[in-house]
Amino acid sequence: MAKKRSGADIVWEALLAEGVDVLFGHPGGAILPTYDAMTKYPVRHILARHEQGAAHMADGYARATGKVGVCMATSGPGALNLVTGLATAMMDSIPVVAITGQVPTTLLGNDAFQETDVVGVTLPITKHNFLVTDVHELPWVMRAAFKIARTGRPGPVLVDICKDAQIAETDVPLPDPDDVHVPGLERYPQVDMTAVREAAALINKAKRPLIIAGHGVLLSGAERELQELAERGSIPVTTTLLGIGSIPETHPLALGMCGMHGEAFANMAIQKCDVLIGIGMRFDDRVTGRLADFAPNAKVIHFELDPSEVNKNVQAAVAVVGDAKESLQALLPLIEPVSRAEWLRQIDGWRRESQERDIANIEVDEVIPPHFMRELWHVTKADVIIATDVGQHQMWEAQYYIHQRPNQLLTSGGLGTMGYAVPAAIGAKVGRPEETVWAVVGDGGFQMTMQELGTIVQEDIPIKIAVIRNGFLGMVRQWQQLFYEKRYAATPIFCPDLVKLGEAYGIPARRITRRDELHDAIKEAHESKGPFLLDVKVMEEVNVYPMVAPGAGIDEMIRRPIVQNPSGMTPAW
Amino acid sequence: MPRHTIIAWMEDKPGVLARIANLFRRRNFNIESLAVGHTETPGVSRMTFVVEGDSRMVDQAVKQLLKLMPIIRVEDVTDKPAVVREMALIRVRTDAQTRGEIIQLTEIFRGQIVDVSRDSMVLQIVGPEERVDRFVDLMEQFGIVEMVRTGRVAMTRGDDNNNNGAKRKGTMGL
Ligand SMILES: Cc1ncc(C[n+]2csc(CCOP(=O)(O)OP(=O)(O)O)c2C)c(N)n1
Repeated sequence: MAKKRSGADIVWEALLAEGVDVLFGHPGGAILPTYDAMTKYPVRHILARHEQGAAHMADGYARATGKVGVCMATSGPGALNLVTGLATAMMDSIPVVAITGQVPTTLLGNDAFQETDVVGVTLPITKHNFLVTDVHELPWVMRAAFKIARTGRPGPVLVDICKDAQIAETDVPLPDPDDVHVPGLERYPQVDMTAVREAAALINKAKRPLIIAGHGVLLSGAERELQELAERGSIPVTTTLLGIGSIPETHPLALGMCGMHGEAFANMAIQKCDVLIGIGMRFDDRVTGRLADFAPNAKVIHFELDPSEVNKNVQAAVAVVGDAKESLQALLPLIEPVSRAEWLRQIDGWRRESQERDIANIEVDEVIPPHFMRELWHVTKADVIIATDVGQHQMWEAQYYIHQRPNQLLTSGGLGTMGYAVPAAIGAKVGRPEETVWAVVGDGGFQMTMQELGTIVQEDIPIKIAVIRNGFLGMVRQWQQLFYEKRYAATPIFCPDLVKLGEAYGIPARRITRRDELHDAIKEAHESKGPFLLDVKVMEEVNVYPMVAPGAGIDEMIRRPIVQNPSGMTPAW
Repeated sequence: MPRHTIIAWMEDKPGVLARIANLFRRRNFNIESLAVGHTETPGVSRMTFVVEGDSRMVDQAVKQLLKLMPIIRVEDVTDKPAVVREMALIRVRTDAQTRGEIIQLTEIFRGQIVDVSRDSMVLQIVGPEERVDRFVDLMEQFGIVEMVRTGRVAMTRGDDNNNNGAKRKGTMGL
């Protein structure tokens, strides 16, 4: 037995026991007892301006640190505002624990003030969730929540605690995590050596093997093993959006991102390879394009922790279910060193041809986003964490920034949540104060969560924000241009004067309108001590290429234009 | 589309059924019947459900179920030797002429008469689904006033399979 303490105390006791020293939240009536107890514990609370921000902050914190991110909100509207953030974390397998207040048990089901069935609402967008009506259950539930969030394929867990259970007392102790048994966690797969041997045999026989590395490589910390596999077998590596950073993009075998806006040579390599090795990725439709035509010549080997992802979209010839790092460690000794010179030469030819089409070669006085991304790289030299939002700028960042490290890029891949970048960058900076953290965001997405500028100032979180301002909801405008005969319905978007906005918050801000200002302005922002807001006015109607139209095969790309004699030309994209 | 019979063991906790129902709806699994009840192990429920779909869909249904935290075990018994039963209660219209025939048919199908009133009878029949189907067909001619069927329940044959609760280490909540 432990000493008697309230449910509210147990929340903090559990958080401390789990090593949590910071959380992101917004208080209200139903969670008030827990907030009231907070003052007794050594935790930092970041007051988000909107609960969506709190959830994204917890997500950004988790991605940047590898630890569980925690957010807190009140019942009803507070908890509902977390929903987008939880779904974002769910789609991208991010360990987050959300704690919400609920109306007292006596009022449950009564349509009481600020009552929402939060467990019902979040059922499909959490890995698991709990409704706590009895304080005696709380110690176990809190431990289980963390264990579920971080074990196996990570994900968000919500704990909804009735107000009276926060107030009531119990002497039930916090259990040891090893004594917390959850049936769903006891199925952790062991490395299947038979499958590993079959995989090795296929790889050794392959003439044109290719790796697609996904987020699972980063989640299991298998970057070294991935690189060793690539080097030993001379196997080129392309990544998914969330797999960026699993191999340094300067590595000669790294092909960059594949898929809808992937590099053309990466997509061609997928279509021509004879063995396709997917590692910690799930063959999402943004990666595969039209499934029927995906990798038509390849036998697929799928390394994946979650059995439900195997054979879901793409039929695997060999499936190695298990942790990527453990499986690759078992695989590596079986891989014969081969130099697949002809295959690599072929890919190199495609790569050279693609580079002729690099729109960053275009000489213009105005800023185009690829120039911004390249300059950001020149100034920051990959020694930085970048959170991107969703849209064109997100794809350009993925294409033109040269990522070197794991978990250097934080982005909402699965859900594609606009408004993610700024709060995620805040969470990352809180978790990794020694890093310089940038948020790169469109003028549309910025206006979805820009209220968090207040959080930056109040909590002293010096992140750098670059708003890539094209006056449009750019990515949607691009689709309208390409598929809806340029009818720009509801995509032009007003943006307030960002320099004045910065001023209003007391955040230094600077506007860039010309390419020759990029370097100095980015440097000023990067090297400044505090937060900084860059208003990057870019050319309006520029499109992201390559692009695979929705429903097309991934080699049916709209390519970048060839830029041969760039000086002074008016771009025609 | 082939039909598969799947058994799932789960912790008997509030909301578990909602999780399963939500999963089936969200993943668009076509559930034909579902029966749930207690097992020999306190705290463990057992669900038998029939899902219609190709092998890929059934494979997904099993794997997605296994991702739910309170699920202890899932088994597809479609191609295994198993006892599969369903029960139906049927209220059928009767009169002086038909009563005798209905009683005879019920006996042939090893059903039971569980209630008799002036112009109807309640019949109970237990058996493999097809037998229940045939009986229902036969009763149709007399006029079925009301009917309820439980859906399939199943148990594999042999004695090497008694590990539903034994494998279970933990519990969700106190
Ligand atoms: C919350 C949310 N609403 C709508 C969308 C659909 N959407 C995808 S990209 C995009 C435009 C984004 O515009 P902006 O933030 O200006 O970035 P840009 O594409 O111009 O770089 C929209 C509206 C979304 N992804 N998320």
